[in-house]
Amino acid sequence: MTDFTPLSAAIGGLLIGLAAVLMMMTTGRIAGVSGYLSRLLPPYSDDATAVRLSFVVGLVLAPLIYQTVSAEPIATSINPNVVLLIAAGLLVGFGSVWGGGCTSGHGVCGLARFSVRSLAATAAFMATGIVTVFVTRHLLGG
Amino acid sequence: MQVLATLISGLLFGCGLVVSGLINPAKVLNFLDLAGTWDPSLAITMAVAVVTTAIGYRLAFERGRPLLDSSFHVPAGNAIDGKLLVGAGLFGIGWGLAGFCPGPAIAALSIGSSPALTFFVAMLAGMAVARGVASSPNLTGVMR
Repeated sequence: MTDFTPLSAAIGGLLIGLAAVLMMMTTGRIAGVSGYLSRLLPPYSDDATAVRLSFVVGLVLAPLIYQTVSAEPIATSINPNVVLLIAAGLLVGFGSVWGGGCTSGHGVCGLARFSVRSLAATAAFMATGIVTVFVTRHLLGG
Repeated sequence: MQVLATLISGLLFGCGLVVSGLINPAKVLNFLDLAGTWDPSLAITMAVAVVTTAIGYRLAFERGRPLLDSSFHVPAGNAIDGKLLVGAGLFGIGWGLAGFCPGPAIAALSIGSSPALTFFVAMLAGMAVARGVASSPNLTGVMR
């Protein structure tokens, strides 16, 4: 069980939206996390490595700063099954590059600019995500 | 300047992941668990993020060009093909298995737990494979 937290959910969504807007206003780019991270890996096509790395560094530093300022522990609960984590990581990594984006690039930025492609991708990953949770939790009882 | 702007964007984005609870895989899995312990919080996060971004993008595009670059770098294609749907579909399966997507998986590195690190390394490997296959014409033909 996790509690329904509409206020913090809305504030979090606002921050994510502002981050995406800031990026488009300044550098003219889509705030797609999988794009930024995967293009730090070869093959390289341009010289924007420092910019890509700075987004990743910001994502890593944010929880540390948040924790220092708020003095509140950040709740996370992760399934410790190593085989499941590796399978899931491979699928998320491969799928996000193959499908040209993830929850941020397609699900937030793509929908915000009314991209039909991103709408299709978002529908696809929401559907398989919901089915996967249904199968693992309710059919397999994991 | 682009580096600084992107860093601030990353910090804001990361704080959004923490505040919303997206950084917590249990919350993500409950969001996807419509038939069980459904927690709709992240639907609100997604809706607010999309609306905020849509309004902000409109203002940004009206200016004609970004502040720190000569033009916008926005994908032009609108084709829905098998590659897009297969990729997104596989991504969703992985998301539903562990409750992590790329943003939270990166942010969770700061917490320093070994499950988060395991997922992150596997995710990088998956990305490297996809980039390798995509840049190899022969393999891409086979995969299609």
